[in-house]
Amino acid sequence: MADKKLPSTFANMVIVLTLVSVISALALAFTYSVTKDAIAQVGVKRTLKALQDVLPEFNNDPVKEKYTLEDPEFKDIELYPARKDDQLVGTAVQTFSDNGFGGRIVLMVGFDAVARIRNISVLNQTETPGLGNKMTEPKFKDQFNGKDPSAFKMKVRKDGGEVDAISAATISSRAFCDAADRAYRALLNGGRK
Amino acid sequence: MNLFKELYRGLIKENPTLVLLLGMCPTLAVSNQAINGIGMGIAATFVLVGSNVVISLLKNVTPDKVRIPIFIVVIACFVTIVDLSMNAYTPDLHATLGIFIPLIVVNCIILGRAEAYASKNGVLASLVDGIVMGIGFTCGLTVLGCIRELLGNGSIFGHRLVAENASTILVFILPPGAFIALGYLIAVVNRSLKKKTS
Repeated sequence: MADKKLPSTFANMVIVLTLVSVISALALAFTYSVTKDAIAQVGVKRTLKALQDVLPEFNNDPVKEKYTLEDPEFKDIELYPARKDDQLVGTAVQTFSDNGFGGRIVLMVGFDAVARIRNISVLNQTETPGLGNKMTEPKFKDQFNGKDPSAFKMKVRKDGGEVDAISAATISSRAFCDAADRAYRALLNGGRK
Repeated sequence: MNLFKELYRGLIKENPTLVLLLGMCPTLAVSNQAINGIGMGIAATFVLVGSNVVISLLKNVTPDKVRIPIFIVVIACFVTIVDLSMNAYTPDLHATLGIFIPLIVVNCIILGRAEAYASKNGVLASLVDGIVMGIGFTCGLTVLGCIRELLGNGSIFGHRLVAENASTILVFILPPGAFIALGYLIAVVNRSLKKKTS
């Protein structure tokens, strides 16, 4: 500790703290401007990938044709119509549930033209690793594929439904069903455009 | 300065996780899978190295009474840079570690090293200290993550080692398991260190 420190006078403290803050702010602004586009692209790519996973083959731009519903029950839900040669072949519904174990779960549920579930993709979840996050594995989520929700009761078996819950993660399984069910109701209420 | 000795210091003798017991909050929270441990460790190491270097550069112009606010500003700046970069270039890892990255700001390893080491030593020494402490933290987290993932989920780095339906000790991937596993790990390290010194 042979070095001399700047004494803690009022002027010194204000000047140094201000300088450090300004330089930090500049560094952050620079990083933000560099990464901004890449971050936006990551979001778009993730949505697009999910759409391709859950929808039948399409050749329109579902992201451009996305619509929402006015019913307050379905706010935050987004519907993406998929068309092939101007024929509606399916609709993807971005849905959610707040009943998860670790916060909001966001799913992309793909329906075909007759409102059967085609595939489900998990967009965002913060469930317990090793338990609730098994909802992203095919073993759980693929049991919905090809099911017609009007005949297939989307509740876990414990609640009188037909869905096999993830063992030791009933809450997460329930939330998943809740989100999928909400997507179906939104699809029925919103009509298919 | 002996690099090997420094590495030994960060990895074993003064391992931030297992000996100094710093940064317990992220340690307990993210160590339920080995890959999370590595990701968190690397992110924290980057912040640690960056903040150590900058703080040791600033040590002569930092008035003592405002040193903590200055450290925090520097650390927060590096954390945000890491957060934005990970979001842009490693989105999958960011999705897993997302909520823990901002918490690096309050990770006491980083503030601790700034206060105890970087503000009193030269740039090169602080750089090395940041690297070895970061490695120590990463190894601590990864070892803990491996143990918890293996016992709790029957896998390591996502590769299953037991049959699909085999029962595992679930408690190890839940918060109580973090305390249990960490406790035993610390006991093992203490025991082996004691043997060496006596």
